[in-house]
Amino acid sequence: MTDVTVRGLTPEEARSRVEETIAARNSREVRFQWIGKSAIGLALGFLVLLFAAIFTNGVPGLFQHYVTIDVNLDRQRLDPKGDLSEESLYSGEAERVALESLYAAIGNPEGRTERRAARGILSTGSSQRLIAFILDNPGLVGQTVPVKFALDDDIDSFMRGFISRETPEADRRISDTTIAFVDRLSANGAISYELSDYLFFGSASRDAEMAGIKGALIGSILTLFVCILIAFPLGVATAVYLEEIAPKNRWTEIIEININNLAAVPSVVFGIMGLAIFIIIFGMPRSIPLVGGIVLALMTLPTIIISSRAAIRAVPPSIRDAALGVGASKMQTIFHHVLPLAMPGMLTGTIIGMAQALGETAPLLMIGMVAFIVDVPGSVTDPGTVLPVQIFMWADFAERMFVQKTSAAIIVLLAFLITMNAAAIVLRKKLERRW
Amino acid sequence: MEATMTETATAGKNQKMEDRLIPEKTIGEVHVDDARMTAQGVNVYYGDKCAIDNVTLDIGVGQVISFIGPSGCGKSTFLRCLNRMNDTIDICRVEGEIKIDEDDIYDPRIDVVSLRARVGMVFQKPNPFPKSIYDNIAYGPRIHGLARNKVELDEIVELSLTRAGLWQEVKDRLDQPGTGLSGGQQQRLCIARAIAVSPEVILMDEPCSALDPIATAKVEELMHELREQYTIVIVTHSMQQAARVSDRTAYFHLGTLVEVGETKQIFTNPVHELTQDYITGRFG
Repeated sequence: MTDVTVRGLTPEEARSRVEETIAARNSREVRFQWIGKSAIGLALGFLVLLFAAIFTNGVPGLFQHYVTIDVNLDRQRLDPKGDLSEESLYSGEAERVALESLYAAIGNPEGRTERRAARGILSTGSSQRLIAFILDNPGLVGQTVPVKFALDDDIDSFMRGFISRETPEADRRISDTTIAFVDRLSANGAISYELSDYLFFGSASRDAEMAGIKGALIGSILTLFVCILIAFPLGVATAVYLEEIAPKNRWTEIIEININNLAAVPSVVFGIMGLAIFIIIFGMPRSIPLVGGIVLALMTLPTIIISSRAAIRAVPPSIRDAALGVGASKMQTIFHHVLPLAMPGMLTGTIIGMAQALGETAPLLMIGMVAFIVDVPGSVTDPGTVLPVQIFMWADFAERMFVQKTSAAIIVLLAFLITMNAAAIVLRKKLERRW
Repeated sequence: MEATMTETATAGKNQKMEDRLIPEKTIGEVHVDDARMTAQGVNVYYGDKCAIDNVTLDIGVGQVISFIGPSGCGKSTFLRCLNRMNDTIDICRVEGEIKIDEDDIYDPRIDVVSLRARVGMVFQKPNPFPKSIYDNIAYGPRIHGLARNKVELDEIVELSLTRAGLWQEVKDRLDQPGTGLSGGQQQRLCIARAIAVSPEVILMDEPCSALDPIATAKVEELMHELREQYTIVIVTHSMQQAARVSDRTAYFHLGTLVEVGETKQIFTNPVHELTQDYITGRFG
């Protein structure tokens, strides 16, 4: 109601005012671009640092030192029952035979001190290794053949230069005598540096040179298998119900809010819940992949539900109209049209959820999957552990070799993750349709 | 400032005037002798808002009837009542009685699936399924069990595409995605999809609004041919189109059916002032 009359700007005035603001606008744009670029640079820098740290430790961790010595596979000593069965071989003198072969290789040490020094060279798993060798090559029994044994982790560390000769003898883990023996083996070309078979085919062990991730890897696969079997159908069904069928009222709103909140609950809480419900109330055994999988499924459910709902919502309503228009029922519309179109998005969400589950440690600690289990789990009800928990446990050990094995296990975990993500991308590309 | 005020006031006054102009009862003959569908006293509400106010209208067998009127006048809403597509909108409520061949379509005993098989629909934007051309047509017959075997299904697909005037253009690429066709072809594909389930009535909601004039001409030509077998209800913003394709025309205004009559009469000699204003381009 004011009497102010607005006098319009002439084109010249307008142009000069625009000119004034342009410089400021442009500089703001440049500044913003720089902030963005430096943020990306920083992120890339940290990524490079991370990979450098993991790979400098992890790649050597994939290898270890072996010693190859001639062993006389004496049938009587190694195989007392004479049937070449595992039982018979374990009751034989495999350990003594392996040790005596080593003595021979280093020029038959004299006296208790020298022998003790020599004994520390071979890994404590040498007898098992010899037995496994015989089981694989029963035809060689009775002959003298070269057999490859792992070096003890201290010797391995010495070979890598982590234990220095300059350190006074009393301060290092291996004696001068042992070093002399190792030098002799080394000079004979008996010691080799190879890809570690223990790392990939061995299970948990207190001896660093024999510790492997096979048990944890199988445990991870079993756990994820249980997890996806529960989480995917449940998540998709929930998403379909909430998005397509449920009436929009106060109850569905409360459910929705709670699902979103669940996504933000710390994972360790799910672990405590799993412990309380599945182990204490239902009396399921500890440390088994079945319980681990259920707990991880509960943890990933919100992620899957949220991404599935987003995927369903992204299906254009015109497709629903088209299906309803030709007389498809609600269920037919959902199963013939909406779900196939939403599937790529749902799978992406599921695989992101699975990747999250694969890297999860805390909830599994709560349900006992942190136990020291040597046997590789054969089914979802056998006790086992998973890769991240294995990494966590190894990181706790003091031996130098475990540091490298930890990084090597991290590389395997990352490779697993990258494979899963690649699978997600391939699946999505394959299923994606344009409309 | 003052000027704006005055303008608003004038607009409000005009609005009121228009409201006053809306007749108590629809002008023209709402009933026909041979009715396929009849609507009696239909009210539609979106929440509290009344979108359709007491509409009574018959749709004759083998006729093309077009609904015209300014945006938001409720013509599409009324169209979507005829095959209960409004069911998908939670807040939408329909009152009154709509019958197809004496069956009340809002009767709980009527299955909405069978209703939509009898009353097909073509939408404003071409919306083929992201499937092959063949599967687009075969989908309806498949879910309704119309074909006893593959040979019958093939026949239905060929016949529907032929009727929609698309067969010659697509017969060599039936396995290619329907979404790869041009806009006009897609819309004819959608019409073929609708007639594949042999409906009695086909509802078309502004079927040509996303098409260029050439494609529009083809679709209109198609409607001419289809009128012999189907009852067609078309919503359109193009008065020329209504004049070209339809036998009867119904003019909607603010949720009310103002006037209905023979297309020729509506366009040459409209009775009501609002109809007159609309078709002469005074507003809308």
